[in-house]
Amino acid sequence: MTPTTDSAPTVGVPPLAGSARNGPRDVVRQSLALARRNMLQLRGDPGQLLDSVVMPMVFTLIFLYVFGGAIWGDRPGDYRQFLLPGIMVQTLMFASRSTGYLLAVDFDNGVMDRLRSLPIARSAVLTGRIVADMSRLLLGQVVMLLFALAIGFRVETNVLLAVAALLLTLLYGTALAWVSAFIGLTIRSPNTVQSVGFLWMIPLQFGSSMLVPTSTMPGWLRVFAEANPTTLVTDACRNLLAGGPIAGPVLGTVLWSVGLMCFAVPLAISRYRRR
Amino acid sequence: MTLAIEVEGLVKRFGAHRALDGVDLAVPAGQILGLLGPNGAGKTTMVRVLATLLRPDAGRARVFGYDVVEEPHQVRRCIALTGQFASVDGNISGRENLYLIARLLGVPARRARSEATGMLERFRLAEAGGKPAREYSGGMRRRLDLAASLMGEPRLIYLDEPTTGLDPHSRNELWAMVKERALAGATVLLTTQYMEEAEALADSAVVVDKGRVIAAGTAADLRARVGGRTLEIRPAHPRDLAALAGSLALEGLDGRIDQETCVVRLPLVEPDELTRAVRAVTASAVEVLAVDTRVASLDEAFIELTRSTA
Ligand SMILES: Nc1ncnc2c1ncn2[C@@H]1O[C@H](COP(=O)(O)OP(=O)(O)OP(=O)(O)O)[C@@H](O)[C@H]1O
Ligand SMILES: [Mg+2]
Repeated sequence: MTPTTDSAPTVGVPPLAGSARNGPRDVVRQSLALARRNMLQLRGDPGQLLDSVVMPMVFTLIFLYVFGGAIWGDRPGDYRQFLLPGIMVQTLMFASRSTGYLLAVDFDNGVMDRLRSLPIARSAVLTGRIVADMSRLLLGQVVMLLFALAIGFRVETNVLLAVAALLLTLLYGTALAWVSAFIGLTIRSPNTVQSVGFLWMIPLQFGSSMLVPTSTMPGWLRVFAEANPTTLVTDACRNLLAGGPIAGPVLGTVLWSVGLMCFAVPLAISRYRRR
Repeated sequence: MTLAIEVEGLVKRFGAHRALDGVDLAVPAGQILGLLGPNGAGKTTMVRVLATLLRPDAGRARVFGYDVVEEPHQVRRCIALTGQFASVDGNISGRENLYLIARLLGVPARRARSEATGMLERFRLAEAGGKPAREYSGGMRRRLDLAASLMGEPRLIYLDEPTTGLDPHSRNELWAMVKERALAGATVLLTTQYMEEAEALADSAVVVDKGRVIAAGTAADLRARVGGRTLEIRPAHPRDLAALAGSLALEGLDGRIDQETCVVRLPLVEPDELTRAVRAVTASAVEVLAVDTRVASLDEAFIELTRSTA
């Protein structure tokens, strides 16, 4: 142990708060305390859940029963088996936007001023946010899977692969959450963060195999769609749940997610430090 | 004597605007300092720089010897901030707000719980402790904010206009709390727009305007500096205001015209000034309705101080 110079009590002056330097254990404790607060926030504001779980359910019903016939035509198999993994990915993508939004809200209402004037590790605030958001994403995925099963989706593989599907989508969602964090820390107004978070994902979502097979797309779009990480993660999720080739899309998803995080994490951290 | 705050030539720019324009300040440990100034004077900017939330553009600021730019972590270990706008998390309960702070400061979970409960009781929030803070009234939120910043027994407390929006009862309570902290050895930097508040609490006061320190001393000093007593001369016709001020000037007196209330106002500092002023008024042959001397209120002193830099 290194001796701390500030332990000598000056009469009448309260001791310094926190530790002289934040060690790994301090950072973990601080991150978990903040993650806990972020999770409680979810309970205090159920609207957040509504947005991230109920909306995709409504979306599913519309796609399945309104557009389903037109989209699927007389292809072999069931559109249900195709659509529901896609919806799971969509749920995840929408839910990942909250990371940036909630960070912007914390800056907006002064909570961040308090946190930034406390002797805590800078990284704890972002880590606490991401940890809470990962739990939220996973919760959303589990709820969506149960919903899918309830409306007739069948897992044609096994439990192990189904769990792998959840973890893989969670990885992609975490990468997107970091991008969202970067957006939220760059743009100040929470409402703008919300819109930008929505806009940049539109090509990513709709130029993919998420809702429709890519085979009917014009050539140029198909090129985009097939390189799109959303297509990869959707295919991976689909094949892990309903059978089909796994290695290619899984590897592609992992590479894309890790690659995205290699950019988004340092960018978000440097943004956070500079504000 | 240890200095809690030491500021030299501090400058903070927002674009072309200088919110702080070369501020010097020294606050001895254990003191309560009132930082006074009108809207836009730079009080909040000052507090934010001292709380490591803003980087100054020039000059230096030290808190208990730690530089706010070089050693922000050590500075944060000394300070607690209650910002001008309450910074509590409305989505979680008051209790959870306090528990979070205690945990972040390294207090073990069980003790953090009991400390949070203790604070809620001290700030008369025990009953509302479990409710989401967004359901609190403005005053309750302010009290919660204050409780949050006092969680870690900070050495140095920044209070940015802490009594705005408080009823007189809560205000007195807050004043008592601040004094109690100072007795326990804490240093307090309190910003306010009211001289009265500075006089009630502060050992000394600094008046800032347009990013500069324009006066410093005890509240009594500041009152004395703007004359303590003021002579008000009211002519029968507003058009004579200038003539009155002119003849005062011939006597070497600096009377100030107030068109709105139609008086010439003269701070009385030297003992013979009243006699000289009366002589000047007689000499001017202006028809005068009233001549009054008034003791300047502290707020007038404040207005006087900030006006003279305009
Ligand atoms: N983030 C900012 N961006 C641009 N200008 C700013 C910013 N913060 C403060 N200012 C400007 O700096 C000046 C000082 O502001 P500051 O908030 O420090 O004043 P204040 O003394 O706290 O005023 P008040 O009594 O109204 O709270 C003002 O002119 C303000 O417009
Ligand atoms: Mg202010």
